Amino acid sequence: MIELGVLHIIIPILIVVCALLVAIFKDLIAAVISLAAMSLLLALEFYLLQAPDVAIAEAGVGATITVAIYILAIRATRRE
Amino acid sequence: MMSKIVRTMASLLILFALIYGLYIIMHGHLTPGGGFQGGAVVASGVALLIVAFGSDNIHKSLKEHHLSILESSGALIFIGLAFGGLAIVFFYNFLVGSSIFGHIPPSGPNTGDIWTAGVIPFMNIAVGLKVLAGLSAILLVMALATTVMEVEE
Repeated sequence: MIELGVLHIIIPILIVVCALLVAIFKDLIAAVISLAAMSLLLALEFYLLQAPDVAIAEAGVGATITVAIYILAIRATRRE
Repeated sequence: MMSKIVRTMASLLILFALIYGLYIIMHGHLTPGGGFQGGAVVASGVALLIVAFGSDNIHKSLKEHHLSILESSGALIFIGLAFGGLAIVFFYNFLVGSSIFGHIPPSGPNTGDIWTAGVIPFMNIAVGLKVLAGLSAILLVMALATTVMEVEE
């Protein structure tokens, strides 16, 4: 069982890593999946910070709806 | 349209997404969540259907002007409930004490009574209706617009 204080250090570092990977990846689908992972980790961090209401909204909107819209928009682009 | 495995799993999982979203809307006054969160969960279920079955197949049974009517009716129900308490004050909770959602909440640690909070559950349902219809319409229009562009190229 990992202690809660350690999770508060690991998860923000992972959020920053995922956010940097969004800018680094050249493939658009990979960048969007990294954005989805960032949103999911952000929802987990909201839950650990005793805000389950915001966590449900973040997981519902950030991790599914915006990612679906991004992927639908990328579907209309061409690979070079 | 995706493969048969994806379609079978999507048609199974849409039930759980719908039930979870409606549970979040219905228990908005007791547990974390509410109209917006539950509506977003239901709309993510619609996103799953659009990805699995393709936007053209979904568009046969889910038209965006029907979703527009649903969204407007959600807003009208919310405003109507707010005007319902206008005899005393705007947004007055006129259902408290009646038999519909009008019980007095129990104090101390308890499992929660669903029949409390007066007009708040109805307002959660109205907001949930508006959010799920609005987000589903955005996703559907976005999917249809990108398929049209694919055909043109």
